[in-house]
Amino acid sequence: MKRMTIKVLLVVLAMALGAFALMGCGQDSNVIKIGFNLELTGDIPKVGEASKFAAEMLKEDINSKGGLEVGGKKYKLEFVYQDNEAKADSAVNAALKLITQDSVVAIVGPNSSKQAIPAGGVCNDNQTPMVSPWSTNPDTTKDRPWVFRAAFLDPFQGPVAANFAAKQFGAKTAAVLFDIANDYSKGLAEIFKTEWEKKAGAGTVVAFESHGTKDQDFSAQLTKIVAAKPDFIFVPDNYNQVALIIKQAHDLGYKGPFMGSDAWGSAELMTLCGKDCIGQFFSTHYAAAGAQGATKEFIDRYNTKYKYVPDDVAALTWDATRLVLQAIQEAGKVEKDIKAERKLVRDALANIKEFAGITGTMKFHGTGDPDKCAVVVQISPEGKFEFKESVCPQ
Amino acid sequence: MEFFQHILNALQFGSFYALIALGYTLVYGVLRLINFAHGDIFMVGAYIAYFVAVLLLGGEGMHGLGLSPALTLAITVPVTMILTSLVGVTLERTMYRPLRRKGADRLYVVITALMAGLMLENGNLALLGASRKSFPELMEKVVWTFGGVSVTNLKVVVIVAAIVVFVLLEFIVTKTKIGMAMRGISYDKFAIPLMGIPLDTIIVVTFILGSSMAGLAGILYAMSYPILEPYMGALIGWKAFIAAVVGGIGDIRGAIVGGFLLGFIEIGVVAVFPSTLRDLFAFSVLLGILWLKPTGLFGVAQTTKI
Repeated sequence: MKRMTIKVLLVVLAMALGAFALMGCGQDSNVIKIGFNLELTGDIPKVGEASKFAAEMLKEDINSKGGLEVGGKKYKLEFVYQDNEAKADSAVNAALKLITQDSVVAIVGPNSSKQAIPAGGVCNDNQTPMVSPWSTNPDTTKDRPWVFRAAFLDPFQGPVAANFAAKQFGAKTAAVLFDIANDYSKGLAEIFKTEWEKKAGAGTVVAFESHGTKDQDFSAQLTKIVAAKPDFIFVPDNYNQVALIIKQAHDLGYKGPFMGSDAWGSAELMTLCGKDCIGQFFSTHYAAAGAQGATKEFIDRYNTKYKYVPDDVAALTWDATRLVLQAIQEAGKVEKDIKAERKLVRDALANIKEFAGITGTMKFHGTGDPDKCAVVVQISPEGKFEFKESVCPQ
Repeated sequence: MEFFQHILNALQFGSFYALIALGYTLVYGVLRLINFAHGDIFMVGAYIAYFVAVLLLGGEGMHGLGLSPALTLAITVPVTMILTSLVGVTLERTMYRPLRRKGADRLYVVITALMAGLMLENGNLALLGASRKSFPELMEKVVWTFGGVSVTNLKVVVIVAAIVVFVLLEFIVTKTKIGMAMRGISYDKFAIPLMGIPLDTIIVVTFILGSSMAGLAGILYAMSYPILEPYMGALIGWKAFIAAVVGGIGDIRGAIVGGFLLGFIEIGVVAVFPSTLRDLFAFSVLLGILWLKPTGLFGVAQTTKI
């Protein structure tokens, strides 16, 4: 019996060692590896899925033409997807794994600021370029020369939401409900509060309530909010929580409007939320309904391939990945040594001053953050996100 | 008015804690086993309810039988309770009973229960993926408003269900022969079989009762918070377990009181303080109760506990 146990243990150990041995192999000089640090499981799986789908589409485009041309030579692209489970600690592990084991040239993702802020730190420390498609919290790229993004920032988004709500609802008072454990939600809620009180006077944010990421019951917070009688409720939360919050607010007799932020914009919002979300507004990166040109082409192709209209994360991943590819091309050559190659790509990324993305034109000023326009959309009775207004930075 | 609204909210959320705590307490009362998989049985119950409802109702890309929502609800409730209790019994038959037969210490059975819960969670994740399921609306939602207090018909159903279940279980345990056998086993599980009472049958009945209540809680929860995910049972399960302990684990009245108490404390803390402090305050209060009465509100001192 005992000998048996030892044998089993030995076999398991041998298998584990074998697995480690296999990982290091497979460096091919004609392949460029890009890592993706995505939310494939966890709280916001649709975000990770949309990112992966968009990236796959782009990879097929380029590889079907023989690969990415750098300095007169074509390289096949290989995309490595790591799941960060929508957790901060897993995002750090995923980033480390991509950097050390998979030896990727650059990393796209994580999307949500909760994961992008810690992962950005890891990438910066390990001198690997990272581009977050969707993260809007300032801290993601702050003092990190190796980290870039394709989205606008919350200090820009907060005022967009506040100004729009003031104009659209004729609102004098606001209430805020946000996720205290999510950097994105918390940061944006605070920016919004400051901005609103600057506009409408102190004390006009009549309720400022928070909840935890795993919470499903918001009745206590919403009861306080409803009792404070705000003109509208600002909810900078992920789409899965938005669905529950709006339903429960209606259960408590609230009939006023909601204003949301870009984390609402998932393709899954309407399946989860249904008729309760119709007519609500949120600020986001692009409006799929009524898009034109390259944006429309992307939407149509994605829709044919995956059978649903791509959300903003899909479009931003497309842009973020193209940014990385453009930087690799503009570097003009591919270094054998992975560290030298990463440096080349970072410098090329930092040299991109203007980039025409499908989510709008981005202007970079050396901070890794683009200046770009935001749009406000309204959810139509058919569940489409319809363009209402576009706000550009001055 | 805000005060009454908070009371109603607390009653609703407390009902879920109470329904789940009942399952912990029943199994513990009989087997002295903390069935840590119970929160995940609740999650499985919600998923079973989802699949039964979608199958009967149609929609979500599935061609169901196209029944009306009311009829669907009437069938979903018993079917879900039966199927969920089968899951509970399966866990008992495949995981707990073999260990018991080998005379394993209770600690090992508790660890097994923890593992069983993780297997249910991750099995679900592997099988159905991480994408959320949206539970169909089975009940036309009606919002009644009396002078600033809003209550939905669903909230009333949830609260009534918790009370009915409590009365029913209390009756079974204190007034029927099966209940007497259950109580007997908790005193001495070696002497009871000698009296001609089939130990395994009674244990299976206990699991059926506990798991079907988790199934019922699963349906009601899915109707109240219609977004299902594989980890939905973990946190609420832990909290319900704590509620059961504070009430005095092993006692049905304790589970109900503990469940509602936790609901009231949680909602009450959020109503008065910033919501960030909820769990910190809620569990400090519960800790205080255990300090004063370590066996819980209704508990009786035992020499061996896990």
